[in-house]
Amino acid sequence: MQNLLWTIPFLPLAGFLILSIGSKWLSPKASSTIGVSTVAISTLVSILVAIEFISGIGTSHIFKQELGTWIDVPGFSSNFGFYLDSLSMVFVFIVSFVGFLIHLYSAFFMKDDEGIVRYFAWMNLFMASMLILVMADNLLMLYLGWEGVGLCSYLLIGYWYKDPKNGYAGRKAFIVTRIGDTAMAIGLFFLFRSFGTLNINEILHYVSLEWISGSPDAKIAALLLLGGAVGKSAQLPLQTWLPDAMAGPSPVSALIHAATMVTAGVYLIARTNLIFSMAPNVMLLVAAFGAIILVLAGFSALVQSDIKRVLAYSTISQIGYMFLALGVGAWSAGIFHFFVHAFFKALLFLAAGVVIIRLKEEHDMFKMGGLRKKMPLVFYTFIAGAASLSALPLVTAGFFSKDKILMDAFLSPDSGIVLWIAGLVGAGLTALYTTRMIILTFFGDMKIEPEKISSKALNIPLVILAVLSIVAGYIEMAPLHLFSKFMAFSLPELNQPEGAALGFILPVISGLVVFTGIFLAWYFYQKRPEVTYNIKKSAIGSFLYNLWFNGWAFDEFYDKVFVQPYIFLARINKNDFIDLFYTEISNLMIRLNDWALLTQTGRLRWYLALITVGVIFGITIIIFL
Amino acid sequence: MINIPMEHALIVAILLFIIGLAGALMRRNLVYILLSVEIMLNAAGFAFVVAGARWMQPDGQVMFIFILTMAAAEVSVGLALILRIYHNLKTMDADDVSKIKPN
Repeated sequence: MQNLLWTIPFLPLAGFLILSIGSKWLSPKASSTIGVSTVAISTLVSILVAIEFISGIGTSHIFKQELGTWIDVPGFSSNFGFYLDSLSMVFVFIVSFVGFLIHLYSAFFMKDDEGIVRYFAWMNLFMASMLILVMADNLLMLYLGWEGVGLCSYLLIGYWYKDPKNGYAGRKAFIVTRIGDTAMAIGLFFLFRSFGTLNINEILHYVSLEWISGSPDAKIAALLLLGGAVGKSAQLPLQTWLPDAMAGPSPVSALIHAATMVTAGVYLIARTNLIFSMAPNVMLLVAAFGAIILVLAGFSALVQSDIKRVLAYSTISQIGYMFLALGVGAWSAGIFHFFVHAFFKALLFLAAGVVIIRLKEEHDMFKMGGLRKKMPLVFYTFIAGAASLSALPLVTAGFFSKDKILMDAFLSPDSGIVLWIAGLVGAGLTALYTTRMIILTFFGDMKIEPEKISSKALNIPLVILAVLSIVAGYIEMAPLHLFSKFMAFSLPELNQPEGAALGFILPVISGLVVFTGIFLAWYFYQKRPEVTYNIKKSAIGSFLYNLWFNGWAFDEFYDKVFVQPYIFLARINKNDFIDLFYTEISNLMIRLNDWALLTQTGRLRWYLALITVGVIFGITIIIFL
Repeated sequence: MINIPMEHALIVAILLFIIGLAGALMRRNLVYILLSVEIMLNAAGFAFVVAGARWMQPDGQVMFIFILTMAAAEVSVGLALILRIYHNLKTMDADDVSKIKPN
């Protein structure tokens, strides 16, 4: 099975090639069959690999495969090499499995769309890039996948390109993540200059040998890599693109902007964890940024009216939790939250997609309501996902992962209490906005009659994901901690004092916070909606509402500070000062040419006369000089 | 044999050349222009013969035979071109065939 490692990313790539070459001839049915089946086979292979990996975990923890040389010049070489340890195994499993479910869903969700061939081609390309990203054994290949998923994200956000708004959202996502990617590319150059290699294991080996903790080199490298991570994962300060990215189709949001691509930053930090361990200040920065954004995004999610934007802000907030975990060194807690988050957030997006399509593309939650009776299965699966998102104690997977993060944050030596409180506030907000979303969408009076569609095929992925969002947490249950043990093969374990008493108090507190959030949401949106209305009408209420609704006005801020000055400068230099000189030279040449053209009359006798004059002139000069 | 001074012969050659040049510049009919060019060629050939006689060398006459041959070739090409022009444009006027004028 180890030799089949390469097929995991190459099958979707083959699907992409077939679909894009044959786009003229393939029928919608055939293209969705190709698109889904390549991912299905790839998922099957990755599950078989996972089984072999787990069963052989005692003997070898790492699968490797070299496919050959990519670049080989003096002083630099890079291979097409795959590297699978327990960290990338988790990512490969999630990407291929959740990806497969979403492809299956898409085959029915998009079946009446005219561009379905294009859709599946890009989805397959995305799968290939994402799998290359998580399986790469060197940073250059990781970067290849990194840029590939960025490209597919751009293409799929602007998938319905006929509406200029979608194209704008795609460009925004592409450009904002590009800022982070540039930092990351510089980080790769920096690492290459320091160690002369881009192989991840060699780099980490040299890091542990040559760098000392807190050295400037380590800080620079960690900060540059962090730049890439915050861009891709929509974290502070580059989070503004994710809410707009909801312009894409719902399965795209589920796959790219919830389950997989936006967690690439988490993967990058976990993969290069040694570099970050060498820079404790940067680690603290990661944790602080995570804590800040999880609260900010929680407030923003609270006031959105577009159901997908609620989920987008919620994604930003949940990735904030992962960054918080990574920042305090709780590597496996962060990855575990990614693992669980992929299930429930994909589920929520897919369920929201069904709601939206049945309400004729209605995104506004205030126009929904009362859908509980009309689409019971969507309602129950949505409840399962939402419960997991708001970390309902003991019964949901989200509880186990979030609680682990909160516990590790609390126990971390530097400013753990502050981080823990931020996490608690975030947990309360999560419960609040999630319950609000459910109340607005599924309870109350029905405002739009949902259309009938045969949604049986759409239900399969929903049910599977709903089950997983509930039970996936049990693999981390005390006393076994299977997931942490699995992760310990590739990630350093967190050394912390055992707090047996805290071990019971902390989950109880966070559980109480979650119930408080749910109760507040019930009170404000179900029991006494007029109270909410009055708060929203008051001066401070409407100010906060607008601030939160626009995502803390980051967009306006960036527009004022970066975009407007840039446009201003560009407008001043419209004619390009330096270029003027060269333009004048070419203008002079054109004028000389015009003069020379005057002699081109086409009159034969005139030419002859000129030749005569020229010859006489020449002879005169020869004779008299 | 009367001894003609070289200067006199050269003056005849120059006159012939000027006649040819003036003809080529002033006539508008392409055939006449070709004729005038022939006259200029013969003026040059005549100057070669005169120079050959002055220095008692055969080279001048050899050159003249070359010029004669070249003139024959030139006339055949030139006449063919003129015929084509006449076929296509129905005119022999050199000023009317100024088609390459830019505007």
